[in-house]
Amino acid sequence: MPKPIEIRTSPHLKRALSVDRIMRNVVFALLPVCAFAVFQFGLSALLLILTTTGAAIATEWFFARASGRGNTVSDWSVVITGILLALTLPPGFPLWMAAVAAFVGVALGKALFGGLGYNVMNPALVGRAFVQAAFPVPITTWTPAFAPGRFTEVIPSTFTLPFMQPIPVTDWIAGLQLDAWTGATPLALQKFQQIEPPITDVFTGMIAGSAGETSALLILICGLWLAFKRMLDWRIPFAVMAGAALTALPFWLIDSSLYPSPWFVLFSGGLMLGAWFMASDMVASPVTTSGLIIYGLFIGIVTVVIRLFGGLVEGVMYAILLANAAGPLISSWTQPRVYGAVKKTREAE
Amino acid sequence: MGLFSLFQRHRTFDHGIYPVEHKELTADKPIRRLPFAPELVIPFAQHKGEPAVPLVKVGQEVVRGEPIARAEGFVSVPMHAPATGVIRAIALAPSADGPKTLAIYLKVYHAASQQVLYDLDRDLDAMTPAQIVAAVQDAGLVGLGGGAFPSHVKMQPPAGKVIETVIVNGCECEPYLTCDHRIMLEQTEALIRGIKLALKATGAKQAIIGVEDNKLDAVAHLRAVIPKELPITAEAVETKYPQGAEKMLIKSLLRKEVPIGGLPADVGVAVYNVGTLAQMGDLLPKGRGLIERVVTVSGPAVSNPGNFMVPVGTPLRFLLGQVGLAADRVGEVILGGPMMGMAVASLDVPVTKAVSGVVALEREDPDLDRRKVYPCIKCAECLKACPVSLNPSMLGELALARQYERMAEEFNLDQCFECGCCAYVCPSNIPLTQYFRIAKSINRDRQK
Repeated sequence: MPKPIEIRTSPHLKRALSVDRIMRNVVFALLPVCAFAVFQFGLSALLLILTTTGAAIATEWFFARASGRGNTVSDWSVVITGILLALTLPPGFPLWMAAVAAFVGVALGKALFGGLGYNVMNPALVGRAFVQAAFPVPITTWTPAFAPGRFTEVIPSTFTLPFMQPIPVTDWIAGLQLDAWTGATPLALQKFQQIEPPITDVFTGMIAGSAGETSALLILICGLWLAFKRMLDWRIPFAVMAGAALTALPFWLIDSSLYPSPWFVLFSGGLMLGAWFMASDMVASPVTTSGLIIYGLFIGIVTVVIRLFGGLVEGVMYAILLANAAGPLISSWTQPRVYGAVKKTREAE
Repeated sequence: MGLFSLFQRHRTFDHGIYPVEHKELTADKPIRRLPFAPELVIPFAQHKGEPAVPLVKVGQEVVRGEPIARAEGFVSVPMHAPATGVIRAIALAPSADGPKTLAIYLKVYHAASQQVLYDLDRDLDAMTPAQIVAAVQDAGLVGLGGGAFPSHVKMQPPAGKVIETVIVNGCECEPYLTCDHRIMLEQTEALIRGIKLALKATGAKQAIIGVEDNKLDAVAHLRAVIPKELPITAEAVETKYPQGAEKMLIKSLLRKEVPIGGLPADVGVAVYNVGTLAQMGDLLPKGRGLIERVVTVSGPAVSNPGNFMVPVGTPLRFLLGQVGLAADRVGEVILGGPMMGMAVASLDVPVTKAVSGVVALEREDPDLDRRKVYPCIKCAECLKACPVSLNPSMLGELALARQYERMAEEFNLDQCFECGCCAYVCPSNIPLTQYFRIAKSINRDRQK
């Protein structure tokens, strides 16, 4: 007995690309950035990445189960959230606080809206924004890159017990006997002391900073790879970078001793990571092509305005969250012109 | 795609997709004839417009080519007997659209010569445009690209509209289909005769044959054989789906857009499929009717794919039996191409004038397999694919929220012609085209 033929509606063919494959590829693209973070900051960075990713997965699993959506971990999107969150945190950030950030990010930033596809903002940044407010000191405590012994011992603050103040790292850093450690990131150095580190160090990531944001070069390569595979719209990162550079340029031209150069603005802090891996989050960005450019430029401009004139050294996170919130509005402003539409209105006039 | 295709870009429209073509299966297979099926099933509704009205009775013997149904009004065409035989019944028959439709069951006389005895000797050059239009309707010609819109109607634009250009659609953008390709290579003389008739009937000054650049051999062949004194040119356009959609091809060739709610005639264009014009050039000189058409039979579940001249009314079961259908592997049998074609529920469905291809897909095709449906991740791939620049992502969300009227009023749902590009690219596997089809039909019902 032959099997009955099937009936489906057209189209009867499908492209092989699927959501989980896109997400998996983003994870692959982030792995080199993770590897560099571990190479640079050692065991603490590794534990940080594992903690946020684990906590994010657990939170996703719990809420998906509670809401009856079934297993949503397999779409890989929450893995991206976990990894990205770790990359934005200082390498010595206490693990329990990192777990809280992951929980808040996934629970408040994603699960509450209905899960994948429904979140308004980037969940990793929601988590980070929460700990920025809750734990202002640890999140601005930076430790040196390439500390000797980083593969054999962890930064003391990493193992802070829950609900305890982090163990101070000043003694630990002093024990490393480094030359010229100021305890500041390049951004802070520039902003408060007008000292610009060599741009090549900033570009390649031979500096202090959050776990995964230091190497602009590496992020650029990984991001370009994703864009080349068409799993990321190149217009977003390019618009972010253009917006930032063009906003920084006139100030730098006016007073280069006070204001950072456009190159420094592009390669320092979280701008690269934000532009390529956070702003480009499909779910929280507009859908129209012109909308993407407006959205990207907005992020670039707001980032630089916060950096130059705000009380913070870093502005990418708030810029992206604000742009996320404006995303649906930008989309609705920039609806595409439908085929045959212009002619019609002309005739009507 | 060679290196040079990067530099040598042919004209095209915005957006669209690049599905795997699978045309190599049949592109080199010349058009062949198959034996007659023992019984032909000829539905009365083989075209857009009013169904034809039967002229024959059960038990009556008919000769191949004889009229067996007359046109019912202006937007209708007559039918002719596809074979010599006897009318066994006039009864309901399965159709691809779903509901059964009234059809003539014609038992074929296998001993008959199958000669077409209905020949006139017409002087085409002496025919007036009005005579051509009438002759085209008498021939039962409809758009053979799949639209099945009566051809003579397009030759008479609404009052005040002037046809300047006849576009001859040789794009054949659906995967697997190659019948138009073969027609351009093998039936060139009839095609040119048909184009001349269309030019005269419409009063158009020029004709452009638009061919996708995966068929450059057809372009070269046409350019070589079209007499220089005729205002007919052959142009390559980019190989991209849905290049063969009327509106897209007009944009590609003329940079003009058919206004929303309008017709090609609004921009001075009439579009004909190459198969239609080749049949026109073949049938009109002798005053014959359309009784057969070229069909591509292909797909992974077919062992001997090819291009065949198939009598109208041939049941799919017989046709697929002739090419070797792997019954254990077949998943879907599609009338037309896989992007816009319709899957049949029964192999008793006959080939009609609208069937350009029969594609049998395999059951185990991994890309076809029902993949998990994820929520929309706003990746915007559908916006970049939609050839009419709709926002399928938004439309999909509104469909889920059952806001069908808003879909039409604010987001131009009615401009969707169901090409399937959005559903093809969607990584979340959302059946967008299906949503839109349902929404449109609900809106239609509400307006009644």
